[in-house]
Amino acid sequence: MIEAFINYTLLRNTLYAGLLVGLIAPLLGVFIVVRRQSMIADGLSHVTLAGLAFGLFMQKKYTLLMFTPFHTGILFSVIGALIIENLRDVYKAFQEIAIPIILSVGVGLSIVFIALADGINTDIYSYLFGSVAAISNQDLTLILWISILVIAFILTFYKRLFALSFDDEFARVSGVKAKTLNFFFILVTALVVSASIRIVGVLLVSALMTLPVATSMRVSNSFKQTIVYSIIYGEVAVVIGLIAGYYFEIPAGGTIVITSALLLGLTLLLKKVQLVLTIKKDDEHAA
Amino acid sequence: MTQPIISVRGVQHRYDRQTILKDIKFDIVEGAFVGLVGPNGSGKTTLIKLLLGIEKLQKGQITAFGHPIQKFKNKGRISYVSQKANSFNRGFPATVKEVVSIGIVSKENKQTKENLVYNALKQVNMESYIDRNIGDLSGGQQQRVFIARAIVSNPKLLILDEPTVGVDSENVEHFYRLLSKLNKELGITLVLVSHDIGAITTYVTDLLCLNKTIHYHGDPGDFENMPDEQRSKLYGHRIHTITHDH
Repeated sequence: MIEAFINYTLLRNTLYAGLLVGLIAPLLGVFIVVRRQSMIADGLSHVTLAGLAFGLFMQKKYTLLMFTPFHTGILFSVIGALIIENLRDVYKAFQEIAIPIILSVGVGLSIVFIALADGINTDIYSYLFGSVAAISNQDLTLILWISILVIAFILTFYKRLFALSFDDEFARVSGVKAKTLNFFFILVTALVVSASIRIVGVLLVSALMTLPVATSMRVSNSFKQTIVYSIIYGEVAVVIGLIAGYYFEIPAGGTIVITSALLLGLTLLLKKVQLVLTIKKDDEHAA
Repeated sequence: MTQPIISVRGVQHRYDRQTILKDIKFDIVEGAFVGLVGPNGSGKTTLIKLLLGIEKLQKGQITAFGHPIQKFKNKGRISYVSQKANSFNRGFPATVKEVVSIGIVSKENKQTKENLVYNALKQVNMESYIDRNIGDLSGGQQQRVFIARAIVSNPKLLILDEPTVGVDSENVEHFYRLLSKLNKELGITLVLVSHDIGAITTYVTDLLCLNKTIHYHGDPGDFENMPDEQRSKLYGHRIHTITHDH
């Protein structure tokens, strides 16, 4: 089954895209989780769905070939990010309210565009649940560019992002431009969300950004370690999930997230066993 | 007379319809250990946020190191230990070393950074905890790490907003002694915000009583010797003499 991924160009593209997404989603996810903004990915993914549905509708109606649904998905996601930032400014004391607003508008628009584009078809199905289906060279190139941009952003602003995540007040006193950085952070999040949807689907994007991080946080001591382990857990889940999805003909979102959840469960169990053994050992020493 | 490093003139501040600060005027001279006290809601936090430049100045003037606060480039000269440091997310996956590194403002190579972090931790007697997870430390230990983070770039002025909240009484004494040491040995000018007027008067060189406006600015000893009635009036809240046995 691995041969299939190596031998067929389009499947190979899917594997490459999966590896890229398995890297950038948990990488950004670490910052999202520690800043307690896990719901942002959910909000943005539903806006992206509206964009994807809009793209499908336009394709159907005007046979616009210049823009694919992937492009309109990215565009909607970025616009959604800008609106979230704006709403957070308007509702300073209730910043979390921005997410349900943007999420429900996203779903509302999606329903409208899906209906206009003649209902649920296989494309929508794969956008919702993810797929192992072929990813074109153009799409792969776009995902590659997004990945390069995200990695460059994190590397350049790593210290400032870390400072802001840990203690925003201290960060601002030491000269971190919090507002500007937050603005770019949410834009980058929008890009990662729209890139990840190709693989895991709208409904499970946030899982790929949070589950590997949740697992990693149980075993790592430092922030850097948390990032490295999150990426490893993310990549393992993507590779196993894609192969299983292909083999069992199941949308990749399901298999990737279940693999990720199994890794989390296994890690929690091992931590528990380790704790019991340590207590037992201490008791024996004491006795 | 020494040139003041902070100069505040005619500062006024409002949130919506409520006046928080009115006619604020004072100087902070280099080397001072200023205690900024006042009851809850007296505007202490707002005032220091103005000094730190993270709250926009509405009316009046603040000069920091000779520059208007709006144009002041900090570059590590003013540092801060926030009240929030006590209630930070305890599950945050970071080591003491990573937390202290946040305070380094200049571009340094890896070795210099490590030395700076180690030396800052040494000042607060926390160097043996350098690789520990910040969440595993006690409240008092965490607060010392936050002091290390604040002093790692050799600030001239350190502002602390109620840093002893959540620190047990035994460690509070240690904490004040540590601040006194930073002031005397490293020459860092300190502004310590507190609502606990009794405990800090032993350590500070200047006392500032704030309740919307400055009611007292002067020697803490003179303030201590005033009758309860007068002190309560200046503090803006009822004060009873409490004897501290050290």
